[in-house]
Amino acid sequence: MTSATASIMVSILGMADEASAESFFVSGRGALFGWLAIISVFVLVSIVMARGGKVFKVRPIAGLSAVDEAVGRATEMGRPVLFIPGIQDMDNVQTIAGLTILSRVGKTTADYDAQIEVPVSRSLVMTAGREALGASFLAAGRPDSFNEDQVYYVTDEQFGYTAYVSGLMVRKKPAACFYMGQFFAESLILSETGNSIGAIQIAGTAETSQLPFFVAACDYTLIGEEFFAASAYLSGEPDQMGSLRGQDLSKALVGAVLVLGVVAMTAGALVGGLDGVTGFFQSLVGG
Amino acid sequence: MSRQLAIIVTLVAGVLMVVSGFIKPTEGWGEDVAEWFNILAAIAFVLGAANIAKVHLSKISARDAGWGFSAITLLAFAVTFAVGIMKVGVNPMPAFPNVAMSGEKDAGGSAFWWVYTYVMSPITATMFSLLAFYVASAAFRAFRAKNTEATLLLVAAFVVLLGRTFAGVVLTGWIPADSDWAFLRFENLSTTIFEVFASAGNRAIIIGIALGVAATSLKIILGIDRSYMGSGD
Repeated sequence: MTSATASIMVSILGMADEASAESFFVSGRGALFGWLAIISVFVLVSIVMARGGKVFKVRPIAGLSAVDEAVGRATEMGRPVLFIPGIQDMDNVQTIAGLTILSRVGKTTADYDAQIEVPVSRSLVMTAGREALGASFLAAGRPDSFNEDQVYYVTDEQFGYTAYVSGLMVRKKPAACFYMGQFFAESLILSETGNSIGAIQIAGTAETSQLPFFVAACDYTLIGEEFFAASAYLSGEPDQMGSLRGQDLSKALVGAVLVLGVVAMTAGALVGGLDGVTGFFQSLVGG
Repeated sequence: MSRQLAIIVTLVAGVLMVVSGFIKPTEGWGEDVAEWFNILAAIAFVLGAANIAKVHLSKISARDAGWGFSAITLLAFAVTFAVGIMKVGVNPMPAFPNVAMSGEKDAGGSAFWWVYTYVMSPITATMFSLLAFYVASAAFRAFRAKNTEATLLLVAAFVVLLGRTFAGVVLTGWIPADSDWAFLRFENLSTTIFEVFASAGNRAIIIGIALGVAATSLKIILGIDRSYMGSGD
């Protein structure tokens, strides 16, 4: 933690001196704390504004606009929809984001009276997935169509799970496949198998190393932040739209700091004598 | 009521995890919360095992497509579980030579170790090796020069491929490494594509992901987004 941040903490928390603040706070995390606070304020203020009636515009995301088309196609063909919420557990934010999207896709599936199958690789994800899907069917007014066996556990083993899902795809030939969560090497095996059976495929992940594989094999891919924005986009709820707006404001601030930082560091290297300014920008990134 | 309890637990656990990242006296709390999660996950595994039995038994009973695989799955599950829990073939630990089951279940030479080494590992390696063929088929489709973007992708991929292989080094090896034109050597072009263009794009995506994670976590911790637990609407 920088001395400037420690001084702020001293004044805010009324600590005796900087030394006690230094021993109380984890060192080197001042900038991270500051950014976290700013992002939280942006998100919360935007949510309050959205609750107050402010309408935020969201650009169309092709992959999410295609959800209805994919589920509709499955309904017409009489084939199931396959949803994979990644291969990680409930302590992973991508899994939670995946289940959030499952609840939206599940509602569309219930509206269309289509079949949905959700094989998972973690027991806790199974129980949470059943809750989410059950509530979606209830919200769609079709609680009788929900069968908790639509969400079932396969195995924790990465390639055991991949083998099961690949076999399932080849046997049942789902018309629409959704891959929403954290994936590793299995991403390409699953999406290429889905491609080979002619399914519409929509993927979303924040695992950057797997994005190229999904882009190559799927019809639509939600890249990084789009994946986390999906919940807001699909629900259209004011709270969710507000959080999206807060996220965008944070991104604009980060972009501005990056540009100014690059200009300051370049100018500092060329003309010199800008140690104060360059030091400030370095402290912003925890340097 | 149970849903409100879940929201409270999420709030408390989330706040503890955040606080433990910044305040020294609470640094260990985050690990404690992670331990609680592991305990919950272990308990939930019983549900998973019961579900495996239910799903596969119903498939066998209904003679669904691929029911034979279900039978093999259940048989493999039962055998692995039995040899693991009964520690078949496990030698006693040197410290407790008279206690038959004192050794580790996966100690070298045990039945559980044998199943893992000679059945599980080869099967896993087989699945993983399939990736090579899938990469080839995906690359073939992705690199078709249908438009300007796809052509750029194809050229970049071609350069990187050559830069990472012996062929690329040989093809542009005639350009002196210390000349002004050395950047045109395939290995240097490949490095430039990775370190400049790919890094810039990757970092932009990572910044977006970081903000998305922060905003999503905030929504979950504060109970604003509850759709993952079935109460979003």
